[in-house]
Amino acid sequence: MSYEFDFSFINDYMPDIWYGIWLSLGMTFVSIVPGFALGTGCAIGRLYGPPWVQRLVTIYVEGIRNTPLIIQVFWLFFGLAVLQIRVGPFPAAVIALVINVGAYTAEIMRAGFQSIPKGQLEAAACLALKPSQSLWSVQLPQAVERVYPALVSQFVLMMLATSIMSQISAEELTGVAYMIQSFTFRGFEVYLVIAAIYLAMACLLRLTLLGIAQVSFPRKRRLGTSL
Amino acid sequence: MFGLTIEQLAFIFRGAGWTIVLSLLGFVGGTLLGLPVALARASHNRGLNWLSGAFVQLIQGIPLPVIMFVVYFGISIGGYDVPALVAAGIAMTLYSSAYLGEIWRGCIQAVPKTQWEAGECLALTNTQRFVYVILPQALRIAVPPTVGFLVQIVKNTSYAVVIGFFDLTYSAKVINNSTFMPFTVFTIAALIYFAICFPMSALARRFERRLTRS
Amino acid sequence: MNATSKINTTTASAIEASSMTNATPLVRFEGVRKSFGELEVLKGIDLEVKTGEVVALIGRSGSGKSTALRCVNGLERINAGKLTVCGRDLHNGNVDLRELRQDVGIVFQSYNLFPHLTVEQNVTLAPRKVHKIGAAEARTLAGEVLAQVGLSDKAQNYPEQLSGGQQQRVAIARSLAMRPKLILFDEVTSALDPELTGEVLRVIEKLASEGMTMMLVTHEMAFARSVADQVVFMHHGKIWETGTGDMLANPQTPELRQFVGNGL
Ligand SMILES: Nc1ncnc2c1ncn2[C@@H]1O[C@H](COP(=O)(O)OP(=O)(O)O)[C@@H](O)[C@H]1O
Ligand SMILES: [Mg+2]
Repeated sequence: MSYEFDFSFINDYMPDIWYGIWLSLGMTFVSIVPGFALGTGCAIGRLYGPPWVQRLVTIYVEGIRNTPLIIQVFWLFFGLAVLQIRVGPFPAAVIALVINVGAYTAEIMRAGFQSIPKGQLEAAACLALKPSQSLWSVQLPQAVERVYPALVSQFVLMMLATSIMSQISAEELTGVAYMIQSFTFRGFEVYLVIAAIYLAMACLLRLTLLGIAQVSFPRKRRLGTSL
Repeated sequence: MFGLTIEQLAFIFRGAGWTIVLSLLGFVGGTLLGLPVALARASHNRGLNWLSGAFVQLIQGIPLPVIMFVVYFGISIGGYDVPALVAAGIAMTLYSSAYLGEIWRGCIQAVPKTQWEAGECLALTNTQRFVYVILPQALRIAVPPTVGFLVQIVKNTSYAVVIGFFDLTYSAKVINNSTFMPFTVFTIAALIYFAICFPMSALARRFERRLTRS
Repeated sequence: MNATSKINTTTASAIEASSMTNATPLVRFEGVRKSFGELEVLKGIDLEVKTGEVVALIGRSGSGKSTALRCVNGLERINAGKLTVCGRDLHNGNVDLRELRQDVGIVFQSYNLFPHLTVEQNVTLAPRKVHKIGAAEARTLAGEVLAQVGLSDKAQNYPEQLSGGQQQRVAIARSLAMRPKLILFDEVTSALDPELTGEVLRVIEKLASEGMTMMLVTHEMAFARSVADQVVFMHHGKIWETGTGDMLANPQTPELRQFVGNGL
């Protein structure tokens, strides 16, 4: 067997590849903040909310965590289409990602909140802080600091998961790859290149998120401790 | 039933069967390859350590659908027309072994250092120490996260849909295309996935609680 | 009376406190009982703390000292009797704990500083959030209270950069920043090495001399004897013996005699 590798497609399709990268990273960055907010809200609801909120959050978290993302995406995208609600593939992808990553973030943040020593809450209460003030100024920063590495991993996984969004014709990087291979019949080379690009994007995202931590956790920066 | 014919439901369940088959393939393959990865990651041999580390980083930095495609097209450049099951099975093996290897490395290293030293006092060889002292303890620690990862395996087999593997996701998509009842069809699919995954999630949590209590 | 004569201070709280009549004590326990499930921990406590007074609670571990202290700022709810703190009846259910805690500070054995905030932020968090003071005022306030505990130069440090004794002094400053009428100290030196204990005790001593009203649980007998106006020996959930510091030199009950014998 002899196989001639041919990577010449890279030149021809560079603009498409860039567009795919742009779309993949775009989906990721747009989803991070709302996904984190949703997850944190759910964690708080599950820890401190009234029983019905706790139950609702549990159902949401367990439902999402025990079913594949792709089924959630299909459910949402084709479901909205049947309901005659016109949502483009990109917004649909972002909505699905936010709902999905929110459930995972909820579990991570719940662990973060629970790992805070009880003395911290007592101290905040004894200083006459309201529960909401204690949550916002005392608990949330400490919880985020404690679970930050897990959050970073979660968001990197989310970025990798955007690769199925071409299934609902959001032409992100993997979708672009499919298009290129269908024209060039160079599937192996195309996906090798795409794999390398994802690898680079994963590194980039990780570094960016860790960089954000360096800026937003002054204590760690000052003390030089790594996260 | 639910507006679907018995045949359509049976079709979906046939897909579910293949999801389980692929999950088992992924777990067995992932275990066979993941064990050496874990040992190499935990070993003090520089070369092995680096190599296994690079493998884990590589797999964990590439989306599983892309791994599926690479394997699928990689095999077919030899001129072979492989069944999607084989390509998906290999991809799931690569994927699972990287994550399981990393999980198990953590378990091996979580066994306290003093245990190694205790083994030393008993004049055991390195291998004996590992097999009789470290491994049994590491295994105990490894059960909850391994069961937890099984859930990931089952969910992630759904990505094999990109290379046309006939599984639960694929069959649901086909039925949806012919019935235009996405809520019904994908809710049924989701419920089947949930029925497989949730008990394992709950079990993993139970194991974990038992472990932390002891 | 001696409480008023002791006041020679500039702290606002003490001036405010001194204007209260001595007829109404800041804290009054009347037959206070407290149980955790089946276990009765306080079995009828009667105690008064007057403005400007320093009361030391001593006794064996498990005798109910912390519980008594924690009832005063509402961390524990009493089951029976009457407990009045800064003019509020804690035994009737609808007392506003947040209002109460603006008047009653507490310092814990384990400091409980907020690790993600600088010393200055630790000290000013509550005044800013609760009293809604501005940034400039907060900075001045931090300067004042940190000077009181001798840590003016540590304002920009994080708690983990400080020694245990310094952290505990920051915790005291954090309490002072709320301008409380009363501060509770629960074994604040028990987690400290002997050489660090002294610096914290000196701060408390200084606060006492400035007229701050304080209730403190302590195992430092010499300190209790020299600083406290009233020493309370608790035993099995009851006040077993009470008196001035000299009581420790001349115990009336065998229990206190034995306790002091071990303690000194
Ligand atoms: N939250 C609680 N729940 C149950 N029992 C408690 C609680 N807090 C204290 N106790 C019990 O009450 C008794 C008195 O405790 P404490 O007031 O802390 O004593 P001290 O401070 O004098 O050592 C002890 O037996 C302790 O175990
Ligand atoms: Mg105590």
